[in-house]
Amino acid sequence: MAATKPIPTLRGEEKVYFEEAKNGRLVYQLCRDCAQRIFYPRTVCTNCMSENLEYVASAGKGTIYSFTTLHVPGHPEFADDVPYTVVLVDLEEGVRVLADLVDCDPDDVKVGMSVEVLFEAVTEDFTVPRFRPSAQ
Amino acid sequence: MNVYVAGTAMTTFGRHPEANTVELAVEAGRAALEEAGVQPEDVDTVYVGNFLGQSLHHQGVLASLVARGLGLPFVPATAVEGACASAGIALRHAVMSCRVGDARVALAIGTEQLTASPVPEVTRGLAEAMDRETDGATGLTFPGFFGLVAQAHETRYGTTREQTASVVVKNRRHGRHNPLAMFREEVTVDDVLGSRPIADPLRLYDCSPISDGAAAAVVTVDRPTTAQSAVEVLACEQASGPASISDIEDLTSFPATTSASTCAYARAGITAADLQVVELHDCFSVAEIVDCEDLGLLPRGEAGAAITDGATTFDVGKLVVNPSGGLLSRGHPVGATGLAQIHEITAQLRGTAAQQVEGAELGMAHNLGGCGASATVTILGRA
Ligand SMILES: [Zn+2]
Repeated sequence: MAATKPIPTLRGEEKVYFEEAKNGRLVYQLCRDCAQRIFYPRTVCTNCMSENLEYVASAGKGTIYSFTTLHVPGHPEFADDVPYTVVLVDLEEGVRVLADLVDCDPDDVKVGMSVEVLFEAVTEDFTVPRFRPSAQ
Repeated sequence: MNVYVAGTAMTTFGRHPEANTVELAVEAGRAALEEAGVQPEDVDTVYVGNFLGQSLHHQGVLASLVARGLGLPFVPATAVEGACASAGIALRHAVMSCRVGDARVALAIGTEQLTASPVPEVTRGLAEAMDRETDGATGLTFPGFFGLVAQAHETRYGTTREQTASVVVKNRRHGRHNPLAMFREEVTVDDVLGSRPIADPLRLYDCSPISDGAAAAVVTVDRPTTAQSAVEVLACEQASGPASISDIEDLTSFPATTSASTCAYARAGITAADLQVVELHDCFSVAEIVDCEDLGLLPRGEAGAAITDGATTFDVGKLVVNPSGGLLSRGHPVGATGLAQIHEITAQLRGTAAQQVEGAELGMAHNLGGCGASATVTILGRA
């Protein structure tokens, strides 16, 4: 039986991100001053330090930039999950997201594969975005 | 102001489950002072690099404990943390103290005690070098991060598994001669590819081992007067890079390394082609490929093939990379690694290394922290 998965403390800059995930929205920030796309959410723009940032919901579609399948859980909390695949997804909106890939055999994962977001509740209060191969 | 490495030392790297973080640091620090011929009362400042002492051993005030342990109860003592680059950063601070005239003698020590803790606690601790509140929720491990890097390098440049494994073969071959290294047995490409999978495409032998140990360097303003040839610090630079994985634009390069090395080459007034010997951060096999390209030692995208052809192998290549065996052989007591690299490069420039690169006059050490969150690049020269 695996221990409890690491749950981020829902405060600070990540709070909105994870709260939105709970509502089924994968959000990033757009800087209204320099048009920089920012992920994860930050207090100020990573390009121009502006505080004039808006949250934008992604359509949740993208392609795999890189992937790895883990055979040894670094964290004991993930012992029951191995092998599991972690992917870097380039969203259509131009933002890159690190997430777990589900509903896919590790042997079938390929760079460039189309994937879409889904939301999985790890606990009652904490939901993470994950990805799966696109329906089409 | 000219600054010198007057003496270095390191403990054996490997398993020291009975020793604590402070003891290891004191052992290395004392040995370095003795080697430098410097009296403890002449030390003006101490910097201690360490990563997981607080997480695993719940011990703060590390630098003061180390200074006290060395019999230096009143000098300023400062702990620095930069994950795997902690010791490189400690050295840089020692060098800066001397350069600005605040110290005539500065002692830099890196120390780490990992094997006394259960492996799951250590791996959880190592993950603190990631953006834990966000990236950490995926269950990605450090080998997993470098698995992503290996996949990206393969996709972009066609780097093969055999080429990546060749890094391990070379470094294990070099490590045979290092009496302080954790692993001193050779391995073959088939051994690497046949070892158990850890994080695709990386396997067990692609990973540096969890280890204990400490290393130290004495930095001085005065040119050392010991019989051995003097080693001058020509550059000791540091840069930051994206600490969150999704912020890294191109996983086949670490901007912290390119930035720190660009500054280091400029400060030292040399180019990569002038170097004879380099110790770089091969925490995983693929890291050495990326590092060689980021440091300008091998052409971008071609390091895998060049390393396989022996371009950086002792007695084969024009340049020797990781003659000590690197992290893959020596072991990786996280907060100590950067100064173990300085220990090796200093020995190479003095002509006293276990596996001596003939005529080495210019050497470099590269220490990388986190997922490329920080890097230090130090260039030393025979003075
Ligand atoms: Zn902006």
